[in-house]
Amino acid sequence: MIKLENLHKNFGRTKAVDGVTLDIAKGNIVGLLGENGSGKSTLLKLMAGLQFPTRGHASIAGTPVGRQTKAWTSYAPESNAFYKWMSVRDILQYQRLFFADFAQDRCDELVSFMQLPMEARVGTLSKGMQARLRLTAALSREAKVQLLDEPFSGIDPLSRKKILDALIDQFRFQEQTMIISTHEVAAAERLFDEILFMAGGRVLLQGSADQLRAEHNCSIEDLFGKVGY
Amino acid sequence: MEFHLRGDSPIYLQLVHTISDAVVRGELKPGDRLPSQRDVAAKARVNPNTVQRAFMELERLGLTETRRGEGTYVKLDQEQAQVLKEQAARDAWQQFLARLAAVGYSENEVRTWVAHQMKPDGRKNV
Repeated sequence: MIKLENLHKNFGRTKAVDGVTLDIAKGNIVGLLGENGSGKSTLLKLMAGLQFPTRGHASIAGTPVGRQTKAWTSYAPESNAFYKWMSVRDILQYQRLFFADFAQDRCDELVSFMQLPMEARVGTLSKGMQARLRLTAALSREAKVQLLDEPFSGIDPLSRKKILDALIDQFRFQEQTMIISTHEVAAAERLFDEILFMAGGRVLLQGSADQLRAEHNCSIEDLFGKVGY
Repeated sequence: MEFHLRGDSPIYLQLVHTISDAVVRGELKPGDRLPSQRDVAAKARVNPNTVQRAFMELERLGLTETRRGEGTYVKLDQEQAQVLKEQAARDAWQQFLARLAAVGYSENEVRTWVAHQMKPDGRKNV
């Protein structure tokens, strides 16, 4: 579904993504794991078409990443990217107007599940609520590909639990492909079919989560500690 | 059904064991309907694909059958459940023996030790 071939992204002399080649199958939930600065966010932005690669090639369902693939790809950034003066209602309306695949029923369900205050301005929301809003905006789209950057970081345990439950509940089984970056492995490892470990802009390990558990006799969290940092 | 999952072994196998144990104990009887895959995923907080894999494995083992559009039902009868129960006991016993052998217990010592641990009055010392 998502194919990357020898993908590079440099920022000046920094090699944020340093030659990544991968193939991600349709219908999987993939955990993109790695420390801060390992290149996870840049890789997601390259897949989302928000950054242009320095070298290499990225495609989704056979189409090169670009205008067309953006219509199928939903992306939730790591930190708040919404205007602070807008209300939750404004943000979700805006999303609805902007994206053809926006599903109002799905959005309503998520809003009530996440207990989002519709009239509150983004600037007044707690970090946890902002994270819930980002996820609601992203998951309200019936997108083939969902890219979520650090949806669990820096938020309260209740919001984290809500987000995990919403991800499991809203995932369109066999139709969607989801990539979730996180450095908080313990919270989310049961969610993943497949694991990608990144360090220094490279993918060190790709594999099925259950197979990795069986091969190494340990949890993904423990394995993450061993992969060498 | 409660799911107590650990991170250090394949999640789909732990789901298979949780369900097959309930069948072997007789809590789930032939003809009983399993919760939907989505419900299991939500309850156990695991990926729906992992639940699907566990359900396929249960069917492959002959514990369940899926009726199209209706759901998944237990089909294992009491006799087959008994076979699985004995199999589970054998597996546990072998693991137990292997562990004791690994730390140097002889077969005779194990026999004495088991007899000592399980006194006739049913009192167990640990």
